[in-house]
Amino acid sequence: MNGKAGTAIRLVDCAKTFPNGTRALDKTSLEMRGGETIVFLGPSGCGKTTLLRVIAGLESPDEGGRVYFDDEDVTSQPIEHRNVGMVFQSYALFPNMNVGDNIAYGLKVHGVAPDKRARRVDEMLRMMQISELRERRITELSGGQRQRVALARAIAVQPRVLLLDEPLTALDALLRERLRIEIDVLLHSLGITAAYVTHDQGEAMAIGDRIAVMNKGAIVQTGSPREIYYKPASSFVADFIGTMNRVTGTLRGGALELPGGRIDWADQQGSGEMQVLFRPNDARIVEEAGAPLRGVVEQQFFLGDRTRLHVTGVADRTVVVETTEHREFRVGQSIGLRIEPGALLRLRD
Amino acid sequence: MRGRENRFLLLMVAPAIVVGAAFFLLPLARLAVVGATGKLGIAAYTAVVTNPQYFQALASTIVLSVTVTVATLVIAGIAGVFLERNHFLGREALISMLTLPLAFPGVVVGFMVIMLAGRTGLIGEITSTFGAGRLVFAYSIAGLFTGYIYFSIPRVILTIMAAAEKLDPALEEAARSLGANPWRVIVDVILPALKPALIASGAICFATSMGAFGTAFTLATDIKVLPIVIYTEFTLLANIALAAALSMVLGIITWATLALSRVAAGATAAAAG
Amino acid sequence: MRRTPYFWLQLAFTLLVCSFLLVPVFMSIVAGLTENFFVGVKSGFTTRWIGVVWELYAPTIFRSMYIALATLAVTLVVGVPAAYVLAKRPGMATRLIEEFLVLPVAIPGLAIALALIITYGGFRDFRTSWGFILVGHVLYTLPFMVRSVLAVLSSFNFQVLEESAASLGAGFWRRFFGIVLPNARSGIVAGALTVVTLSIGEFNLTWMMHTPETMTLPVGLADSYASMRLEIGSAYTLVFFIMITPLLVALQRYGVQSTRTRKGA
Repeated sequence: MNGKAGTAIRLVDCAKTFPNGTRALDKTSLEMRGGETIVFLGPSGCGKTTLLRVIAGLESPDEGGRVYFDDEDVTSQPIEHRNVGMVFQSYALFPNMNVGDNIAYGLKVHGVAPDKRARRVDEMLRMMQISELRERRITELSGGQRQRVALARAIAVQPRVLLLDEPLTALDALLRERLRIEIDVLLHSLGITAAYVTHDQGEAMAIGDRIAVMNKGAIVQTGSPREIYYKPASSFVADFIGTMNRVTGTLRGGALELPGGRIDWADQQGSGEMQVLFRPNDARIVEEAGAPLRGVVEQQFFLGDRTRLHVTGVADRTVVVETTEHREFRVGQSIGLRIEPGALLRLRD
Repeated sequence: MRGRENRFLLLMVAPAIVVGAAFFLLPLARLAVVGATGKLGIAAYTAVVTNPQYFQALASTIVLSVTVTVATLVIAGIAGVFLERNHFLGREALISMLTLPLAFPGVVVGFMVIMLAGRTGLIGEITSTFGAGRLVFAYSIAGLFTGYIYFSIPRVILTIMAAAEKLDPALEEAARSLGANPWRVIVDVILPALKPALIASGAICFATSMGAFGTAFTLATDIKVLPIVIYTEFTLLANIALAAALSMVLGIITWATLALSRVAAGATAAAAG
Repeated sequence: MRRTPYFWLQLAFTLLVCSFLLVPVFMSIVAGLTENFFVGVKSGFTTRWIGVVWELYAPTIFRSMYIALATLAVTLVVGVPAAYVLAKRPGMATRLIEEFLVLPVAIPGLAIALALIITYGGFRDFRTSWGFILVGHVLYTLPFMVRSVLAVLSSFNFQVLEESAASLGAGFWRRFFGIVLPNARSGIVAGALTVVTLSIGEFNLTWMMHTPETMTLPVGLADSYASMRLEIGSAYTLVFFIMITPLLVALQRYGVQSTRTRKGA
């Protein structure tokens, strides 16, 4: 829109302790490149919203923490001087104003002249495809419409950074899917720097250029969605992002031995008993005869696009296997499995 | 950034604190001190128990207030639950009319009692037409009772209706499905659900009756309720210290009643929730 | 739907209660418009008693009105910001302040009036001015304004609205006047109606605190009941009803409706 690449954001040693003594955020340092969308992902209470509020200026970091927008130190600036756009889970639209006035509010506060304001509101309404809602009262809008207005309002002032706090959580699944795509397209077409908070890993994968997984007040891993999914740095990340099988096997003579067979696994350091992880879709179902691993179907769940099996006998515990094959399984049926060594993961912790 | 905002907030609450401190706390403290500095000294505070005349006034005020509270809860309880649970033509109008006297000052309520049961009152008119003689009770304890019920009913009805609105019909249906008769439903389902509202509005009713002055003043009855005694001591006998001590006692009684009821209502509400 | 006998029984009871409340009101209205109430309506209707009331008590009517408006102004300026602070910073300190602000409701007006007279009676000019009455009315009505506004502010998340206004660049006062106040309007209106209604009808405090120069309408009513003929007292009461009824109707509209719609939303 204004042509220039988005603002880079840098947090240095930002911690947050609330007056009641709760430590919501440990010392955190983070760099967001201009125009990048970063998703803070984690369970509730992990500090992701606090981190967002520190960036916004709604919370000030504890002594020693600094927040930079490009090279400007904004730590002591209240939110109203930071020029950030915010989208809230509850939308936080002003009920005493109609849609148009909501979108115009920030422009009015910034002293934009009425005619310019009206043009900008038109532009926003068109961009969000809600031109017909201009005169509507907020109470007359559906959840999806409210979210569009909230986005339009936040973007109208051309903020330096867009902050979205669980913006889709209050919507139903279908709408969530659609808006998720729209937001992704919007963020990249604007070239704006954006921070997006969610507890939904699917949303994080779809929207984030990078994902920062958070737990207990700290960022535990930062990386692209792919890195996070396939190279989780800890068992917490592995478990939080999708389903992960965790089995105990013994590494001996270039192969991993499991109760249900063995997987060739050369070039591995060490030997003896160890924990190994793999994704359900990385275990392929193969002919039982000559299969490297064998097990028995304990339960099957047909999920439409795929079938999920709980298989016993392969490892020390039940493993989850997913297949897109159009075949039906029987409980008690014996099956063969193959797992490529590249899909196996060892964790430090 | 929070510090600046806190300064604004302090600025905004300061006027209320100043008004409350200067015109409420300070005067109340003065009242308490003055009460103990008459010829009786600190004994003025116990005079309400030791002096038969004051004790009589206190006792009759309490008895009157308790009776009024019980009667009002029964009357307003029946009418309030009925109005909340039944929908019929004219219901809204009926509710408006029942809550109209909410804003009548005590003097006007006293005058209403005179209209009903005074020397030219409606009730006397009716009884004399039936040859039973002219029944006049406005200026007796029955008149006070009538007046206090009159101003209590609208308040209590509103609270009861608000509580009855939150009553879950499913509870009652469940009780019915288990074979409870209407009486059992009232005792086991409706009354427990209304209990917090009954306690709260009962306490307000009691406290208002204890402190009511206008109605008794208009009716000028022989029965001396505590507020009238205080008024007499202060204006006619210029016994300022005693009036102060008695009003402190009265204030403590009403305040304690309301405070206790909140604790009790909170406890039952918590137990129910 | 078929009505049970219980229904009719309860309806009859409720109507009885209603007539207990309303019959004396009608009687006093009739009495105020009747030539001679002892003789009855056959003596003819007249407005002359209202004329007498106007002659004798007109100043009390106007005084009650401007005291009510002044009380409203003070409770708005003092009470609304205070309620906002209480809602914005829930905690021990604000809880205590709230308790302290609503305490006057729990103390009989008589006691408060005595306390005020004992403390400020020495300031002659103040004691004899209508400002003294105003102080009493403000103390008595302030809790209702605070509670009414507080109730509305607790019914929706105004903090997040403020945060979103702040993110768009609005400073503290702009948020308070542009976002908080407009959205708390229903509570402010309900509180305002309550304050005016209560102030116009206030007797317990005012009777103790008034001087002949600061007589209000209810004080005048007590005076007329004690010393005038029944028709004059009735006509005066009628004037009071006429003043108070629109307020009550508005209160039932806005006071109840605003909480109802909120619950439905």
